Amino acid sequence: MPMTRRLVLGASGLLAMPRLLHAQSGSSPIRIGEINSYTSNPAFTLPYRNAMQLAVEQLNAEGGVLGRPLELITRDDAGRPQDAVRLAGELVNDQKVDVLAGAYLSNVGLALGEYAAQNRKLYVGGEPLTDAMVWEKGNRYTFRLRPSTYMQAAILAEEAAKLPAKRWVTVAPNYEFGQSAVKWFRQLLTARRPDVQFVGEQWPALGRVDAGATVQALEQLKPDAIFNVLFGPDLTNFVRQGNTRGLFEKRAVASLLTGEPEYLDPLGDEAPEGWIVTGYPGEDIALPAHKAYAAAYRARFNAKPMCGSLVGYSLIRSIAAGIARARSVETEAMVEGFRGVTFDTPVGPASYRALDQQGTLGVFVGRTALKGNAGVMQDWRYIPGEALLPEEAVVRSLRPASAS
Amino acid sequence: MEIVIPQLLTGLAGASSLFLIASGLTIIFGVTRIVNFSHGSLMMLGAYIGWSILTRLPRDPEWFVLGVLAAALATAAIGVVLEITVLRRVYRAPELFQLLATFGVVLVLQDVTLWLWGAVELPLPRPRWLRGFVEIAGSRLPLYDLILIGIGPLVLGLLWLALHRTRWGTLVRAATLDRGMVAALGVDQRLLFTSVFALGAGLAGLGGALSLPNSSANLGIDLSVITDAFVVVVVGGLGSLTGAFVASLLIGVLQAFGIMLLPKITLVLVFLVMAVVLVFRPNGLLGRPQAEAREAALPAPVVRAAPRELRLLGLAVLLLAAAAPFLAGDYALSVLTDACVAILFAVSLHFMMGPGGMASFGHAAWFGIGAYAAGLLLHWLGTPMPFGLLAAPLAGGLFAALFGWFVVRLSGVYLSMLTLAFAQITWAISFQWVEVTAGDNGLLGVWPPEWARSPRVYYWLALGLAAGVALLLRRVLYAPYGYALRAARDSSPRAQSIGLDVPRLRMVALVIAGASCGLGGALFSYAKGGVFPTYISIAHSVEALLMVLLGGLQTMAGPIVGALIYTGLADLLVRSTDLWRLVLGAVIVVLVIAFPEGIAGAVRRLWLRGREA
Repeated sequence: MPMTRRLVLGASGLLAMPRLLHAQSGSSPIRIGEINSYTSNPAFTLPYRNAMQLAVEQLNAEGGVLGRPLELITRDDAGRPQDAVRLAGELVNDQKVDVLAGAYLSNVGLALGEYAAQNRKLYVGGEPLTDAMVWEKGNRYTFRLRPSTYMQAAILAEEAAKLPAKRWVTVAPNYEFGQSAVKWFRQLLTARRPDVQFVGEQWPALGRVDAGATVQALEQLKPDAIFNVLFGPDLTNFVRQGNTRGLFEKRAVASLLTGEPEYLDPLGDEAPEGWIVTGYPGEDIALPAHKAYAAAYRARFNAKPMCGSLVGYSLIRSIAAGIARARSVETEAMVEGFRGVTFDTPVGPASYRALDQQGTLGVFVGRTALKGNAGVMQDWRYIPGEALLPEEAVVRSLRPASAS
Repeated sequence: MEIVIPQLLTGLAGASSLFLIASGLTIIFGVTRIVNFSHGSLMMLGAYIGWSILTRLPRDPEWFVLGVLAAALATAAIGVVLEITVLRRVYRAPELFQLLATFGVVLVLQDVTLWLWGAVELPLPRPRWLRGFVEIAGSRLPLYDLILIGIGPLVLGLLWLALHRTRWGTLVRAATLDRGMVAALGVDQRLLFTSVFALGAGLAGLGGALSLPNSSANLGIDLSVITDAFVVVVVGGLGSLTGAFVASLLIGVLQAFGIMLLPKITLVLVFLVMAVVLVFRPNGLLGRPQAEAREAALPAPVVRAAPRELRLLGLAVLLLAAAAPFLAGDYALSVLTDACVAILFAVSLHFMMGPGGMASFGHAAWFGIGAYAAGLLLHWLGTPMPFGLLAAPLAGGLFAALFGWFVVRLSGVYLSMLTLAFAQITWAISFQWVEVTAGDNGLLGVWPPEWARSPRVYYWLALGLAAGVALLLRRVLYAPYGYALRAARDSSPRAQSIGLDVPRLRMVALVIAGASCGLGGALFSYAKGGVFPTYISIAHSVEALLMVLLGGLQTMAGPIVGALIYTGLADLLVRSTDLWRLVLGAVIVVLVIAFPEGIAGAVRRLWLRGREA
């Protein structure tokens, strides 16, 4: 059939020369180059990438941004900042992306921020939590979506201050994230409650907690309450030993990130009850926007949306909104467009603050509970990000002058 | 007492878990002399297989025991497949070459496990009896910990019986002492090696399955376990089962009390223990001096200067490389710059490993020290790049001298392990001492000055330095010092008897290697705009080994070829597939099997065929 053959030839021609065709039609895609730890942290990043795809598909179905479709190109940094920087070069120079995005690890986020500042490209970080990314090491070209370590620790300190507990111990992975979380929590809790004492601390190495010995050492201090920053397999080990050894009985626990399904689900029927946690209540959220998003996610991937999914989805939405506001993909115009832009996320509107380019996506805080054989977040509430950040003067003093 | 006893028992339980992993590794090493990097992967498989079996069985204790044993058997079977398909083909390759193959296996298994079991960690739901506890000295101790405390000695006892009361065990012990002699007596080596590998893999699987009640099956097990297992095996003495047991007890208990007294030191503690033990007992607590394998008594072929044709080819490549900025885009240039750094990284390792005979498993330490020297000077004093590039090799050389004082007394795998320990200590300091090194966030803003900022200029700088250092190292090797160094490698006693100061020769080699590698680190930092602890990771040290061994030890061009191929391959794969680890691992395994003397070595052999009588 000659018709078919011509069609096939035509189609292959289309595939072979997409850029040429786009150039002619004037609607070449806006390219987002995204770098993340797909092989070294797949539990978080795979649902995250799915949701990014979903967001891109939805936006393109709605007609794209500035009349142009979005195109997402992802790369794996293998958990190494040096690889991320190299791939950023590839995305910018070879793939000609308009915006850089991504990172799971804080150091990858900081390295990409450095690259962005050096090469005057826009970089929007989704997941990295370190405060340095928008404060001490902040720069004009780096935006960050998620609530930072400070914001997460701040809300936990606020909740912890309401407890009668006086003797606290802390346990955190021994690296920058764990150390800043403990630093902020101590500082903010002591400010609210001068009578509180921190009587001991444990600093297991990331990914290699010796849970039995750690729990035993904490138990011997007979604290009233525990502040925990462990996550992932470390958390699983810690909770199991703690449960068996009775560490959590009659003690309050405030725990960073533990309410995220990525970390709560693996605990199964051993998920602790009554911990004060930050996290993500998932499909319990009754907002219509979230219901629609969760349904679309389920329909597309046949899986439950995770916390990472929310971040990935909101990240793409925020980039689309920023570009739409800038009406351009020229970097300096985008910086101005992103500053102060408001965008919709499944959990409510958020914005990038002009002050420090930090996103105001909020934090869910609640208590853990057992429902059937699985841990869930209960009595949770959503606190918008702007309510968790320090005063303007403090932020200004932290951020370098060159970042404006 | 109320504090000491529970902590002691907890430490003993940890020791048992350590022993289960280390025992398999030490048995495999004792007989086959293979440093099995994939041992942690086997444990990970044991955990995942155990999870798959145990979640399908009734939750009673007797079924748990059966399920764990089944998981161990399944892992042993995987070990057999691994031995027959991969390792058996590389036993005759030079020492350490098998390490490459096992690292390829690690990469493959990471992706296979991810594909089979998914990304989410899989904890085994604990039935009631596994949550039980016993009250001792006012503290609750998990019943399962007490079981674990019993399992360690039980496994040791069973292994002792197998090794001392069976014919097979006698052969294994004989092979551990002198495998050449065992082979000469007509024992089927293949069967012996396969069975030993199966036993080792089975023990790893057992350890993995038994870890399930305390932790989960997750994708991080392989690399987090393997370093601990190495430490235990080395502290105990390579190939010594009792030694491994004593070392696990020592480390398990020290860890438990270390956590109480110095909670921040845990990561460094085990490596400090290893360093101290090796300084006082160079063969580990209960190890014997390694009987030199007979094959190794043949001196390695003398490295000759390359033939004229090859030198012309090298010159042509260098000219082409110098012209690259006119032919390639910015990204290709940045990859080429990385390749130049990789060349520095690889030739410096080759220098101490090939002619020097000291295989470093922690070569990334010098790389990182050079990088941090440049980064910290910039942060503290605002030192500009030229001085940073000068300070980096100085720092690399200085620390190499410092570590070298401990290192040069050792030989073989012990030496390699001590370098690994120093690299891990350096890494832990950079990762955890946030006040000084900024921790994993790294030192940022390490960019070259205006004049060197364009990718072209920076590439030329990197190329010039890499080529210069490579030529300089070549020059050193053909100088009298180089010949003396090779003499010391080939036979230390003979070299000493003709008046060569062997420790000094080796020390100088270490310092030269450390300095060249440090320069590479600084060069890399300015290209990436920052210094991060990942520069010192074990994976990075292994990359250096990969490059050198892939290229081949016996030629000067080897590490350069290896560095170029590895950098190009890794970059290509990472950008084209999510399964890059699988493909890269498989390619490494295939290359190892196809070119047991390295790529450059194979080319050299083909070239020489028929030319040398």
